[in-house]
Amino acid sequence: MSASVPTTRLQATADAFLTRFAGIKASLPGDKSLRERAAATVRSKGLPGPREEAWRYTQLRPLTDVTFETPLHADVDAQALLGRLPEIAAPHLVFVDGRFRADLSTASSMVRTGAPSFGSGARPDFDPMVALNTMLAEDGVAISVPHDVDGGTIVLASLATGQNGRAIAFHPRHSVNLADGAKLTLIEIGLGDGVYFHNPVVTVSVAHGASLTHLRLQTESEQAFVLSTVYADVASDGTYDSFQLATGGRLARAEIHATLSGPNAIAHLNAAQLLAGSQHADFTTIVSHDAPNCASRQTVKTVLTGKSRGVFQGKIEVARAAQKTDGYQMNQALLLSPDAEMDSKPQLEIYADDVKCSHGATVGELDAEQLFYLRSRGVPEAEARAMLVRAFLDEALEAITHEAGRAAMETAIAHWWDRQA
Amino acid sequence: MTAVAETLDAVQSATEGGYKWGFSTEIEMDMAPKGLNEDIIRLISSRKEEPQWLLDWRLKAYAAWLKMEEPHWAMIHHPPIDYQDLHYYAAPKKKAGPKSLDEVDPELLKMYEKLGIPLKERAILAGVELPEGEAPQVAIDAVFDSVSVATTFKATLAKAGVIFCPISEAVRDHPELVRQYIGSVIPAGDNYFAALNSAVFTDGSFVFIPKGVRCPMELSTYFRINARNTGQFERTLIIVEDGGSVSYLEGCTAPQRDENQLHAAVVELVAMNDASIKYSTVQNWYPGDAEGRGGIYNFVTKRGICKGANSKISWTQVETGSAITWKYPSCILQGDGSVGEFYSVAVTTNHQQADTGTKMIHIGRNTRSTIVSKGISAGKSNNTYRGKVSVLKGAENARNFTQCDSLLIGDQCGAHTVPYIESRNPTAKLEHEATTSKISDDQLFYCRSRGLSQEDAVGMIVNGFCRDVLKELPMEFAVEAQKLLAVSLEGSVG
Amino acid sequence: MLEIKGLEASIGDKQILRGIDLVVPSGEVHAVMGPNGAGKSTLGYVLSGRAGYEATAGLATFNGADLLDIEPEERAALGLFLAFQYPVELPGVGNANFLRTALNALRRARGEAEMDAPGFLKLARAEMKRLSMPDDMLKRNVNVGFSGGEKKRNEVLQMAILRPKLAILDETDSGLDIDALRIVADGVNALRGPDFSALVITHYQRLLEYIVPDRVHVLVSGRIIRSGGPELALELEANGYAGMVADAA
Ligand SMILES: Nc1ncnc2c1ncn2[C@@H]1O[C@H](COP(=O)(O)OP(=O)(O)OP(=O)(O)O)[C@@H](O)[C@H]1O
Ligand SMILES: [Mg+2]
Repeated sequence: MSASVPTTRLQATADAFLTRFAGIKASLPGDKSLRERAAATVRSKGLPGPREEAWRYTQLRPLTDVTFETPLHADVDAQALLGRLPEIAAPHLVFVDGRFRADLSTASSMVRTGAPSFGSGARPDFDPMVALNTMLAEDGVAISVPHDVDGGTIVLASLATGQNGRAIAFHPRHSVNLADGAKLTLIEIGLGDGVYFHNPVVTVSVAHGASLTHLRLQTESEQAFVLSTVYADVASDGTYDSFQLATGGRLARAEIHATLSGPNAIAHLNAAQLLAGSQHADFTTIVSHDAPNCASRQTVKTVLTGKSRGVFQGKIEVARAAQKTDGYQMNQALLLSPDAEMDSKPQLEIYADDVKCSHGATVGELDAEQLFYLRSRGVPEAEARAMLVRAFLDEALEAITHEAGRAAMETAIAHWWDRQA
Repeated sequence: MTAVAETLDAVQSATEGGYKWGFSTEIEMDMAPKGLNEDIIRLISSRKEEPQWLLDWRLKAYAAWLKMEEPHWAMIHHPPIDYQDLHYYAAPKKKAGPKSLDEVDPELLKMYEKLGIPLKERAILAGVELPEGEAPQVAIDAVFDSVSVATTFKATLAKAGVIFCPISEAVRDHPELVRQYIGSVIPAGDNYFAALNSAVFTDGSFVFIPKGVRCPMELSTYFRINARNTGQFERTLIIVEDGGSVSYLEGCTAPQRDENQLHAAVVELVAMNDASIKYSTVQNWYPGDAEGRGGIYNFVTKRGICKGANSKISWTQVETGSAITWKYPSCILQGDGSVGEFYSVAVTTNHQQADTGTKMIHIGRNTRSTIVSKGISAGKSNNTYRGKVSVLKGAENARNFTQCDSLLIGDQCGAHTVPYIESRNPTAKLEHEATTSKISDDQLFYCRSRGLSQEDAVGMIVNGFCRDVLKELPMEFAVEAQKLLAVSLEGSVG
Repeated sequence: MLEIKGLEASIGDKQILRGIDLVVPSGEVHAVMGPNGAGKSTLGYVLSGRAGYEATAGLATFNGADLLDIEPEERAALGLFLAFQYPVELPGVGNANFLRTALNALRRARGEAEMDAPGFLKLARAEMKRLSMPDDMLKRNVNVGFSGGEKKRNEVLQMAILRPKLAILDETDSGLDIDALRIVADGVNALRGPDFSALVITHYQRLLEYIVPDRVHVLVSGRIIRSGGPELALELEANGYAGMVADAA
């Protein structure tokens, strides 16, 4: 079988990470046994291959073409990258090449820095990318918003310099905890240049009545590998409201696990992916309805040009106890070029009877009639297309209420569109 | 149209309680010893007096099977199957080989009577030829355990140029056709169960519709597993040449037994230019008892290829039986403008497990596919729709519409939807919708306030839920299917 | 004869009916009026046995039989019919099939022979003609895609075919055009006779011009606060509920 070739290559890459772990483990902060257990998982499972159902549409083979080197951290200049951050008037937590930079960040009583924060809820035993992160995480932040406090907005930025051609891998590990009734908007931004591998894991815990708005702007280097994982647990009456825009990465995957663990919890997992060239981007969600009366909503839009490939996998699981679940998911893709590809796998797994769950999926090109209508009213074709693409994305974007966050998204979309023209 | 409905009532009254088709018949059987190896395959092949090429093909399939693993991706669970603990060949003992119905074992005929199959041609019974076009006629091939027993209406069909016979007979009488097409849609090594079937298949039906012929009547096969510890591995091959058309019906029952029985059939369909094949199944194998003991493991591979331009293959299935169903009737839409359809109702109750759906592979330009799946889960059962729609690069203007709805009855069951949607062509348009809900209390109360009993109300709402599929069935089958739905769900509500 | 004594009912923990006393003798038509949320529909649901509408005290009998302890279909077999304020849609279920199944269930319960398809169609067509409903309504699915007024007419069609002994019409006049109102009223009046009684829930005096009630009851906050002759409806139309509520308090 031809599958054996990439499997051994994946094995070699996993081995390289294990070797790196052996080299640095003495100096890694935190729970040693947690690291060793994660290493054991990496050892036994390796990196996910083509036969793994959860990775059937996203193959890590390109990652095996790159040899990742030890990062150089002294005096990395990130000024140019800083200038590319959207303007958002809020405290910033800035990471450069995976390391926290106090000199570029704003101090806050809600933030603890200096070490990876493993949080709880992630599954290193189960999820290979989380295992890799758990084994190698060197840095991260812990954000905690106390009882009934409105924490406002925090920007968490990851800048990758490209290290003058040195390909490096970094695995930041963050946690976000909102106590009962707390509120926060977290805006995560990733950008960079050159070849690198960014493998962040964020664990989120939203307590009773708390509400986290999690906006993610992934505009990383088009040569980068970006495999991010979020595990969010939402307690009774809590809300986890997330939106992610991805335009970057050569090979990108954002995986979100949201568990609605108390009654009346709400999760929104909206996303837009804009892809060009030979980019590959995957948006994968698993929403677990574990308690009654919870609602989940997902609107995911993908626009593809060039030879790009888009993936959406969305699973809604409804446990036996989760009566009166209301789950809805819509994913739509626009193929704008003859060589683009879209794969989607929406999935329902339902064990409770009194539920309302539905999903819809469509794949197609721009509506010829709409295009004609606009042109017949005098709108030039390129503009008409831009207008329709923007309209296509609107449903996913309209839920964003944070003004500066929304503006940053709009700007990124406009930039992307300009680059295509 | 009511002929079938009435015979169904007769079957119900002939048996008591529970699974209503669960009688077994005392017939002298000719059985191969238990177990699977090359010798058994040689034995099957020699019993059937097969040519060498077919034996070689079987042995190759067997060799491939040995290297394969049982698939585990479906949402089904069962204790490991001991493939060596089965009989791979069981046939009613031949006296000299039944040449006409009179020579068929009367016990067997009695069983078919109980099943309500109009096995004896009405014309023969009445002693008169029916005038052309009067009353719908159904030609039947009955497969009892491993072998075809009798094919009715052969003469009438022959006049039209249609070949409809047991596949073993086709191997003998039309070897060139069988050799050309067998395994052409589902290669012997396609998957674990197809490989197993290719190695040991014992009978099944063969249909050939020549150029320009619309088959003058519906063709039907009735499958029944009777003997203990036998696997049934039938193989059906339907070929329709340019401009021809056929509607084919398949019914299945098995007696009630407390061990699991294996059924691994293969069905291959080939449609040439402008040809059309409608394949309807009402699957009512024994589902096991209320505790989940016994029942048929139904691991079936069905696939059709729309080879020619503007050809059409339509699968309709009503699946109420079997302990486990693993089945994905699929269409390869190769010819430009070809059409694939899949209409399915799957009902699971008690401990039944069904993982069923379809694959629509769009290769040709302007190909279209429609998928309508209705899953109903009750009791402690699990019901999964698994489907793939794949649009390949050249499939300009391909269209797919998929609707899959699940209905849950009771809070101990599961309903799952696993679609794969893949598009490689921007001019293609794919739409997929899925919903899951329970029977609405408002609907139930509305019906009951009009005087309907709880069970009738559920039956009516469920039939309404399945309407888009049931209306695709030929009339006789639709009536049977509706009753079957009601009977299957008896006792699962309230 | 419908007899209701001290009937109290709750939805979940919320008490809606707080002691209803009401007698509708055979052959009479009574109207029930009352402000939004008073409990009128609740009364109809409790009488016809909708789950979740629980009688917590009191009793209700129809021709001597206890209504509250039996299943909805058994109440229907006794001759009870509720025309829903919001008729329910049954996707995939043909109107004709539904009606014939219901009719035959009732006929069976009454010990009558079932009606065959041609006989039923004849009956249905005749009734539809009287209600000025187009024939194709029979082919469509029960209430699916019907306009508001069509749904109401469909309820009346069911009533005409099922021939109940006691009909509860819950705002069957709402959403009807003027001609339809007449037709619906004619449908009810055609059933009138010594063995038929009806409880007509309405907000509008106009319906009562066509279906002249023997009695009018005013239901407010789960209690009947006044009963009287047809003139009571006129009084309400003129003065509203406020004054009456104050008087009753
Ligand atoms: N499922 C429910 N849960 C809680 N309260 C309910 C429910 N159904 C009805 N109610 C409440 O019960 C009360 C009585 O409702 P009902 O429908 O009987 O009023 P009504 O008199 O028919 O009003 P209308 O004239 O608006 O039709 C209202 O306050 C309503 O909000
Ligand atoms: Mg009301």
